[in-house]
Amino acid sequence: MKTWKLTTPVSDDDIKDIKIGDIVYLTGSMTTCRDVAHRRLVEEHRPLPIDVRNKAILHAGPIIKDLGNDKYEMIAVGPTTSMRMEKFEEEFVKQTGVKLILGKGGMGPGTERACKKYKALHLVYPAGNAVYAALHVNKIVDAQWKDLGMPETLWSCDVKDFGPLIVSIDTNGDNLFEKNKVIFNERKEAEIKKIQKQVSFIK
Amino acid sequence: MDTMTYDYTEPALSTKGQQMRDILADYIALISHRLPDDVTAKLQELQKVEVDPLQKLVYDTMMENQLLANKLKRPSCQDTGALQFFIKCGAKFPLLGELNKILKDAVYRGTKKAPLRHNAVQTFDEYNTGMNIGDGIPSIFLQVDGDGTDIQMYVYMAGGGCTLPGEAKVLMPGEGYEGVVRFVMDRMTSYGINACPPLLVGVGVATSVETAALNSKFALMRRVDSESENANAAKLEHLLEDGINNIGLGPQGFGGQKSVMGVNVVNTARHPSTIGVAVSTGCWSHRRGFIKFDEDLNYELPYNKGVEL
Ligand code: SF4
Repeated sequence: MKTWKLTTPVSDDDIKDIKIGDIVYLTGSMTTCRDVAHRRLVEEHRPLPIDVRNKAILHAGPIIKDLGNDKYEMIAVGPTTSMRMEKFEEEFVKQTGVKLILGKGGMGPGTERACKKYKALHLVYPAGNAVYAALHVNKIVDAQWKDLGMPETLWSCDVKDFGPLIVSIDTNGDNLFEKNKVIFNERKEAEIKKIQKQVSFIK
Repeated sequence: MDTMTYDYTEPALSTKGQQMRDILADYIALISHRLPDDVTAKLQELQKVEVDPLQKLVYDTMMENQLLANKLKRPSCQDTGALQFFIKCGAKFPLLGELNKILKDAVYRGTKKAPLRHNAVQTFDEYNTGMNIGDGIPSIFLQVDGDGTDIQMYVYMAGGGCTLPGEAKVLMPGEGYEGVVRFVMDRMTSYGINACPPLLVGVGVATSVETAALNSKFALMRRVDSESENANAAKLEHLLEDGINNIGLGPQGFGGQKSVMGVNVVNTARHPSTIGVAVSTGCWSHRRGFIKFDEDLNYELPYNKGVEL
């Protein structure tokens, strides 16, 4: 487990040696981007109104305080299940050139391909720690697609040492959660056998 | 694009109704930033068990986050869920007739106060109401229990990630409790891993999908360390707890020593030809409260020692 500090813009070279299970802290530009925003870009062919090339997106729906005059404060922010975006992510990375995809839980083969081909990382922020995360957001610099409501709006943030981010897919396409899953499933089958022997309550 | 709006006018409540609403709005805000005592104690216990640096780092972040949330009075997780109430009410509780309005308005006000995230999307019309209330949100499950004058309710913030693993199924009796075990265990590795472990796992056993599902939700309202009164159900709780722990999901599914805070089973009778089974999960940030009122609205908070609203 190595610890890395990354600052946007992030280059291919910056992330080539980062491996699954490593920890990253991010400084710079991070934009929240989730279900409908992915759908709009990929299915509706509407260009993303915020440039995320060589920067980071976060699969998240934050709680924001509207301070008036287009000023906002981040109250609580944390990741949502990344797998929901799996369907769109390969195309999303291809079109936007995003380098760091932050979220929760693992992602699948499409994202693995994208990380390998376009040199990107998927990283996991430990979900549920929304105040800790919000305190590492310096400022909200832009808000687009506000018609989607608070959780789905693209909130573009300036962050400092945002983390810990655990690398779940690296630029080789290695996948931490898929590796874990194989182990978990093996253990599960053994446990099921053990338990089943002891629950013959219907006789 | 047209934007649809949700019609809501705050109801005219009786003075007592307003008082109950205000207490509940305060309690909802509190639940969003302070975990119940049993959950906090369990997380502290589990934190000590994890030895690897990655897992330790995750637990340290969780503890720090809860301290900050408490101090700053901000929601500890950004997903403050869809609000659910599980209620037992005496038939002579004076506000029974106003209850639905009180609860909805308490969520409406609590949402502004906390502030909570706007999590109510009207189905089919597919727009967010922007108020955290909608048709059927909050969800209210009410049992009228005897003709007493008291009311007690669980208040639960059902997050998206921890709601996702929920599943119910009707098994054939031939599949037996062995089938129940497989059903629950399979769900842990497919979806449980994304529900922010360590989890509280609620298992419902009954006759059909909705009875089992409701039981599984009641199971999540019980303390993490509680045990079923039925000896066989309690045995299953322990077997499943050890079994799921031995899968080693660890915090956030990164792998580790433990996977769950506990497993609770709630069971009711079944038709001879069916076994209804359901699983619901609560995440590590299991924000569920419990409040009891008497007819004068004196209240107790059994899950939050030392808290006054
Ligand atoms: S599962 Fe729980 S802790 Fe995780 S993001 Fe959802 S509400 Fe928050």
